[in-house]
Order: sequence, then C-alpha cells, then structure tokens
Amino acid sequence: MKLLFEGIDEPGLNTLPVYERRGGYEMLRKALSMEPEAVLQQIVDSGLRGRGGAGFRMGQKASFLPSGDMEKYLVCNADESEPGTFKDRELMQKSPHMLIEGIAISSWAAGIRRAFIYIRGEYAHQADILEAAIAEALEAGYLGENILGSPHSLKLVLHRGAGAYICGEETGLLDSLEGKRGNPRLKPPFPAIEGLYHGPTLINNVETLSTVPHIIRMGGKEYAGLGTETSTGTKLVSVSGDVQRPGNYEIELGMPSREIIFGLAGGTFPGREVKFWFPGGSSSPVLTKDDLDLAYDFDTMAKAGTMLGSGAIIVVDDSHTVLEVAMKVAKFYAHESCGKCVPCREGTNWTVKMLERIQSGEATPMDLDIMASVCEQIIGNCLCVLGDAMAMPIGSMVAKFRGELEAEIEAARERAASGALEDVIPLGVADEHAGPVPVH
Amino acid sequence: MSFAGIRRPVPRFGHGSRVPGWDEAVDLTKDPAVIPEPSTPVPDELREQIVAAMAKYPDRRSATIPALHAAQDLHGWCSPEAITQVAAVMQVTPAYLISVATFYDMFKTEPRPRNDVYVCTNISCSLRGADEFFEAMLAAATDEVDVRSFECLGACDIAPMASVNGEYVGPLEPADAPRIVEDLLAGRPVLADKQLRHRPCADPEVAAGARDFGPPSAETPQADIAGFGPEGDTADRPGPTAAIEKPVEESDQ
Repeated sequence: MKLLFEGIDEPGLNTLPVYERRGGYEMLRKALSMEPEAVLQQIVDSGLRGRGGAGFRMGQKASFLPSGDMEKYLVCNADESEPGTFKDRELMQKSPHMLIEGIAISSWAAGIRRAFIYIRGEYAHQADILEAAIAEALEAGYLGENILGSPHSLKLVLHRGAGAYICGEETGLLDSLEGKRGNPRLKPPFPAIEGLYHGPTLINNVETLSTVPHIIRMGGKEYAGLGTETSTGTKLVSVSGDVQRPGNYEIELGMPSREIIFGLAGGTFPGREVKFWFPGGSSSPVLTKDDLDLAYDFDTMAKAGTMLGSGAIIVVDDSHTVLEVAMKVAKFYAHESCGKCVPCREGTNWTVKMLERIQSGEATPMDLDIMASVCEQIIGNCLCVLGDAMAMPIGSMVAKFRGELEAEIEAARERAASGALEDVIPLGVADEHAGPVPVH
Repeated sequence: MSFAGIRRPVPRFGHGSRVPGWDEAVDLTKDPAVIPEPSTPVPDELREQIVAAMAKYPDRRSATIPALHAAQDLHGWCSPEAITQVAAVMQVTPAYLISVATFYDMFKTEPRPRNDVYVCTNISCSLRGADEFFEAMLAAATDEVDVRSFECLGACDIAPMASVNGEYVGPLEPADAPRIVEDLLAGRPVLADKQLRHRPCADPEVAAGARDFGPPSAETPQADIAGFGPEGDTADRPGPTAAIEKPVEESDQ
C-alpha cells in the first residue's frame, strides 16, 4: 500500500504540471468545499499520529488551538535532524507540492492564515525545490489570498535553519524561527496555546502534513482502517546502518520488524548478525536480535520499552562494539546540548567522559552504575527531551550489554597496565564533538 | 552548537591548570557595541537580501538566520564587518547577531576557506566507515577546502556521505576524497556519479513503478509531460481559477 510514495520517482513530480496531472490539489479543492470543522473531523477520525517522533495525534493537537480571530500559525517541522532519519528529505525533494497541499488543508482546518516551513540549513537542494514549488503554487492560486475563491487565505514562508539538532525540538524551533538561539522553552504553555510570536501554533512534521491530502481523499475512517487500531496508516521507515539496501520504505504500521530489516532492507551483510538496533532514531532505547519479531507500531514499541520515534531503524551488526556506538551517540548529544538545562548539559558531557574512561582503562564496573544513575537523573528533568534522548539509548545499552561493557573495561585495564594505551586521550586535545577537555 | 572557544583546546600550563585569560569573552575596557547607524555602508546586494528577508516575517528579527546566511555568502564568514553590516540593516546590536551566529554550526565565526565539506560522522555513517573517509578527506584537503565532521546530515541511505557545498554525495570511500577536492577546485559538479539528487527511491514497489517513467534524471525533469501541461487538460479538469462548488448537504458533516 503506497500513499506517500505512490509513483514518487516520476520525473518532474516536483513541478506543478505533473503534480496536477496526478490529481494534485484536488483534495485542497475538496477540503475548501467543506467546513473547517468537517476537515478537522476527518483528521481526527484518521487517528493520524505525528510522524516526527512524539507520536501525538495530529487531530487532537489541532483541536487544542483556540478558535477565534487571533493570529495563529502553522509551522511545518522540516528540521529532520534525528540521526538515522531521512524520510522527509526524500518527500520534500521529490513531491514538495504534496506537503504544500497538506499545509494548505491543515491550515484551513485549524483556521490558520500564516504558515512557515522550517527546513534545516543543510538541505539546500530540498529548500530550493520547495521554494520553487511554493512560488508555483502561489502563482497558480493554491496559496495566497482567497484560495480557489474560498474565504481561506494562507501565506507560506520557507525558513532555512543553520545547523542545530535542537531546532528539531518544537519550542527550540520556534525560538530559532523568531531569530534567536534555538533554546527550548518551558512547557506549559504548549505551542498550541502560546507558540510562535506568542500566538497559538500548530507544529507538525513533514510526513504528517503530507499525509493529510491522502486522508481527505480516502476519508478519515477509511485511512484509520490501515495499520493497527492505535497506529493507523502508513509510515515511511528510514532503514540505515549495517543493512544491504538502506533507504526509505513505506510500510503499513504493524508490519513485523524482521520483515522491514530483512525483507525490505535486505538484512545484514553475509556472515554478519544483527547485534542490536535502534527502532526510532538514535534517541530510542535499543532492541536486540531477540526483538526482531515485534510488530513495528507505536504501541508495540512502547510496550517493549522503546519508541517508534521518527521511524528510523538503525541496524548495528556484530562487527561493532557496544562501546563504540555508545560513544558516538553520547558525543553527538553532548555536542548538541544547547546548555540551557543543567542535567542535560552536564549529564551528556559526564557520560562521554565516563565512556572515555572505559576506553582508557581507568574505569571499574562501578562506573556503569554511575553512568546508569546519571542517565536516570537526566530523564524527565529538563525542558526538552534532548537529554533523555541520550540517556535512554545509553541506559538501555548499559542494561542490555552490561556483560560486554564489563569485559571491555577489564580488557582496557589490562591493555593500560601493559602500557599499550598510553595516548588514547592525549591531554589538551579536544575532540570536535566532545566539548571541553576534561581536567585530569 | 559551536561555541568557538570550546572547539579549540584550552591553553594550559604544564601541570594542567588553565592559562589565565582564555575565558575572557569581552574586552572590559571597551564600551559595549551599540546598534550601528542605519547609514553604515552596506553592499547593495546584501542590503536588498536582508530587507527582503525581513519583509517575510511579522517580526524583523526572524530574518536573523537568513541575513547571516547572506552575509556569510558575501564575506566568506561572519566577520566583524559582516556582523556590523547586518546589524546596521536589521537595527539590532552586533552582540545579538553574534549570539545567534555562535549557536549554529553552519555559521563560521572565524575565517575559514570558502569551500565547505561536511563529512557526516554520526552513527549510521560511522557504522559504514565514515571515520576512515573523514581521515582521508582531511588528508586530501587543501587550503581552499574546509573539512568538518558534522552531525547527521539526513542521508543515511548513502552512508558514508558528505555534503560538498550543499551537494550531497555518497556512498563514499577514502579514494573519493581526492576526487572531491579536484572537482571542487576545477569548479565541476562534485562526484557527478554519486550525487543524492539522482538516486531513485529504495522502496521496491516504487522502484518497480519507476521504470514506467524511465530513470530519474536532473537534466530532464519535465521530459514526460508533453501533452499533459496545464494548457492541454483544462477541459477535463477544473483549473485553479474554477470556482468551488459547495455541496448542498453541508450540514450532514
């Protein structure tokens, strides 16, 4: 079942004539002929859950926006910075008009007249394509004043970021869009009440908004028939890491994970085995090869103690050590921590330092307990979930691969004792991503 | 977040403690920089770009990032001169702009070569050998190429990959590093055979359907729309200007 990826490789789909030939913007026409409440009801009925990571129901989020004539905003989160995620990139590059149509419909449903797409600065090619598509849509009257002769008006602006993971977090994104450093805000008030420029703001991911035209076409109830009862519809899954055919795949939610990793993505390379995998980007607690038969949907993943997140599966095979992956993950979050909340700023940096202690042979198994407790103390104690995003995978690696990490500690101690490890972390050489040099 | 001071090693005495002065952010003997006069000379092109950006938003400060991008494109980095010019047009303090410029990885707060090569060394790419490629890239780089290891660039399907002046290329191997530098310095498209923009979707069902259209190509994006253009099919399909027909049974919803 393909909705978002239906014929996505057609040349010229990024231009208006091809998109229109395939029935593009017909759903906007249909939606505009309905009352906004009816459109919103379709989205509510579809049970569509946010595809950006949190999995919050879009219809519910949109219904939190106060009604009334105040200035409200829709922000499309195209910052896609979760490691392992690259589905929005393909959507925006190949079918930008689908996103624009989704934005136009959603803003009609929520009574919004001003919308922004916040795209990460690195996606230069995709931003150019979107910019051209917005100009085309404006020219053709699908955006702007009184769209298609209806009372709906929408001004859509593309905003390019400049490289910061935290700007994918919704309130960090809003600060960045207001022209500030992208520091997350205290919630509540949630953006639906007070967001961009203090106005009520609906923030949704590219994939979520791109799904909206399909919901209008199929009808909300019909769409809800796809997938499982609580995870409706199709989902783009980005599979990467140690698989033979990495890429984006559109699946119906609830597909067995093994079928995605081995069936679609071709599985691990010959002679290798899955050691562990991240089911929803590098922020999600890891699962092992015993969990490969779990159904890939929001609730099954939550029950397994992890999360579906942005739908980014990263497979790690047995040629890699847990320590090396943990180090990459921890360093990334330490680098990307904005520094506003102490538990995250300090916790991520100390986790990196403790992992370095393991490598340099200075650690004892007790360090693993300290690391686990640091992770525990980050979770839930910050303004946003960046700290949690490091603590959860690292915590799960310590819990699930404790034996291997202990062996690693012992081996490194022996190497250090025999003098083979003299200059693993030379004093005064800061790693690009490690933050300040630890004082020894 | 790049805090310029953190990227460089902190100067230390032999016994490990910090050399005084490394953390002095400002010169306290100077007066604080104020909003520059609007009459400060600014290149016309830059002024136009910033004014156009400011007009797009309800609050002019939202244009900070686009304005800094424009200034960096012109000056090569966010130099004091570039910051002053942006501040003069936007009528904000230089400190405000510097606070923003230091937060984002794509802004250069010190002079760097103009050609950017961002090598993704995040988890998916490093599993596929990004660290070896990064080493090779550093070795191949000349004075005109700025090679940096970068956060996940959102192209793990072509891991290990790099963004060369915004063009995504991959999957890369160490032997590609000198080719990237050659292509860059010669002004050619970088690794034309490995550019992401030409890559078809991995999904097998999509790939099967894709054959109907021929292989995707950047050169002929509209090759197959002859006869399907907007002028040809208005008869059977309402155009954008057609009025909406509201169904009568609206209240049933």
